[in-house]
Amino acid sequence: MSEELYANLAIFVLSLLVGFEVMSKIPSTLQTPMMSGANAIHGVVVVGAFAIAAEANNWLLYVLTFFAALFAAINVAGGYTVTDRMLGMFDRKPAKKEEDKK
Amino acid sequence: MTGLTTTASLIYLISAFCYVIGVHLMRSPKTAKKGNGLSFVGMILAVIMILIEILVSGRVQVGAWIALAAGLALGIFYGFSKAKRVPMTDVPQLVSLFNAVGGGAAAAIGAFDYMTANGHLPLVLSIPVVLDIVIGGITFSGSLIATGKLSGKVSGKPITFPGSKFVNILVVIAIVAAAILMITQVDNSWYLVLALLASLAFGLLMTLPIGGADMPVVVSLLNAFTGLAVAFAGFVINNQVLIIAGALVGAAGTILTLQMADAMNRSVANILAGGFGTDDSQSVSPAG
Repeated sequence: MSEELYANLAIFVLSLLVGFEVMSKIPSTLQTPMMSGANAIHGVVVVGAFAIAAEANNWLLYVLTFFAALFAAINVAGGYTVTDRMLGMFDRKPAKKEEDKK
Repeated sequence: MTGLTTTASLIYLISAFCYVIGVHLMRSPKTAKKGNGLSFVGMILAVIMILIEILVSGRVQVGAWIALAAGLALGIFYGFSKAKRVPMTDVPQLVSLFNAVGGGAAAAIGAFDYMTANGHLPLVLSIPVVLDIVIGGITFSGSLIATGKLSGKVSGKPITFPGSKFVNILVVIAIVAAAILMITQVDNSWYLVLALLASLAFGLLMTLPIGGADMPVVVSLLNAFTGLAVAFAGFVINNQVLIIAGALVGAAGTILTLQMADAMNRSVANILAGGFGTDDSQSVSPAG
């Protein structure tokens, strides 16, 4: 096994453990926002879209790059925005009625 | 390591740090919004860094720049406007849609690397490439069906047909066969097409028999799948931030799925077996 693969595998396994640990016992009201927040984080696949763009050199590969970028960008932009809106609901509850802070 | 790769590695590490602490902060309603913000900062850092990296590499063709910029611009516009306008009650299907595209992006990256391998891909790369395509394909079609069921565009009732078990088995065999062929013979694009089609079919077959009321649990499970697909994409392009963030979401999503199923007094296996849930809102609690 190469050093690089070993390092990546170690990172993978340890990150799994962190994920298990950080998610135990969360209140049920936060389950949906948490799902949405985690969904936004895997939008990091957009980094992969940039990375493949550097290797693309024919039309078929351009098309794949386009779709990777399009899909990942939707995931990132939409994911964070909708999570933020959902969590905004928590802010508002204890405060006065309709206080739009901007 | 050169100066640039050192800097890049450190920035990706900070980015990963932001995701972990961000998720941690999201455990409490008081700090949740801050947590999401921190995780967004991590995302921006990672995007800026990869942009600098590919700019410095100077290898990006004009066509690729156009494809990348067009995809990003359209995606940001679509995702942002959808997320801003959606009524709060329709959020779950939107999350499922965003999850679908995340899986699609991972599958596209896997397909790209298979096609640029020029007939030779070492085992340590071909396995994550195949997993990317298969898991990405399953989450793409599965999450789209979940979106449809949650929004009422696809019937919320469990959809089954006679002989579905047999078809399921055939599709699984097709996926395994295509995966093995792809790993052993890297130069044949037809295997890639077969793997992709079979995975998409499996995503459909997996979600169609599940009732609308059970969908949120399934969306969470598919979310965890996408996390893993993204982590494998990280192995393929050798980028640690994808591995860390993907594994984090994969594990966190799995725990979340178990908790959600638990809250409904059901097991995940029981939900996936399907045929139980009812039309949209009415919840059902089978004696169990």
